Amino acid sequence: MTWCEMFGWLPLYDSLEQTWLGSTVRESLWLMPAIWAVHLVGLAAIGGSILVVDMRLLGAGLVRLSPAQVAANAKPWFLASLALMLVTGVLLFLTEAVKCCFNNSFEVKITALILGIAFTFAVRNRVAARDDAPAWLMKGVAALSLATWFTVAAAGRWIGFSG
Amino acid sequence: MYRQTPYAPSPLRSFAEWLDTHAWSTALHESLWMYPLVNSTHVLTVTLFVGLLLMVDLRLLGVAFKETPVSELTSRLLPWSVAGFVVMCASGLLLFYAIPLRTTHSVWFRVKVVLLCVGAINAWFFHRRVSKDRDRWDSQPKPPVGVRFTAAISLLTWTGVIVMGRMIAYNWFDCDRAQSAFIVWAAGCATQVAELSP
Repeated sequence: MTWCEMFGWLPLYDSLEQTWLGSTVRESLWLMPAIWAVHLVGLAAIGGSILVVDMRLLGAGLVRLSPAQVAANAKPWFLASLALMLVTGVLLFLTEAVKCCFNNSFEVKITALILGIAFTFAVRNRVAARDDAPAWLMKGVAALSLATWFTVAAAGRWIGFSG
Repeated sequence: MYRQTPYAPSPLRSFAEWLDTHAWSTALHESLWMYPLVNSTHVLTVTLFVGLLLMVDLRLLGVAFKETPVSELTSRLLPWSVAGFVVMCASGLLLFYAIPLRTTHSVWFRVKVVLLCVGAINAWFFHRRVSKDRDRWDSQPKPPVGVRFTAAISLLTWTGVIVMGRMIAYNWFDCDRAQSAFIVWAAGCATQVAELSP
């Protein structure tokens, strides 16, 4: 049982699927694959920009740089790829919103995504920006960040398997 | 009795047919959990392989980590990227093993393999030739044009590999549909209707 079913959001999801944007993308031969392709290339980019910072917080990868330096260099690429993922993700949702209403993986993904974005901006980026954070805090924050973003990606892939 | 045999005979085709006879190939394709798990591993590991390679290539292009020596990024990040590549190859081979016939005759898959080779040659070229005088530009915020060129080729080919991998899912150019002469050639489809013994 999904939240969408429990709280009766189906009419809302259905109207989103019926929007001009949703039906245009769904009925186009090329738009769907093109948006999918961008979403997957974006996955590589956002993954790299997250990994490089969390690895540093865990004491791996670019250890000669301070966490703040790594975070500052990765930030524009994280923001750009996050924007790309959100835009393409919303478009993919609009093409099959009704299916998503009955899909547990979709709700797990969206929940983890909201937690991931909030945690990244409110906690993880702040810990990375101050170089004097204790090691246990850096490692704990990095582990939580990796676990959350992994859930977003894995549950995202699973939407298609749990149709 | 006549039926269209969609695939033309070839050594590649025979190999795929042989794989297709394996009980484990069918079992993997039809398994409820293993196929999705191998597929998910393949997709998620792209963050490790291409994601970290992107950070190295952005440094080589002179647009990120400009104050850090190139050698620092290559020595610290490439081992992780290579580890991701190994996992992608292993899971990719398993995905091929699960669906050998259709994948062998997928034009998308064929272009993907060609791009993989281009990416590998480009990586070899970078490490063997372009990096020879690395000491000279290791700390330059913007490396010489030849270095930036290999980084751009790297990003383009691996992006292409990702896109082609996704496109395998679409059946537009499958041999069991009517195709143009070019696709028939590129995908190794049969051109004639073969006679089957009754």
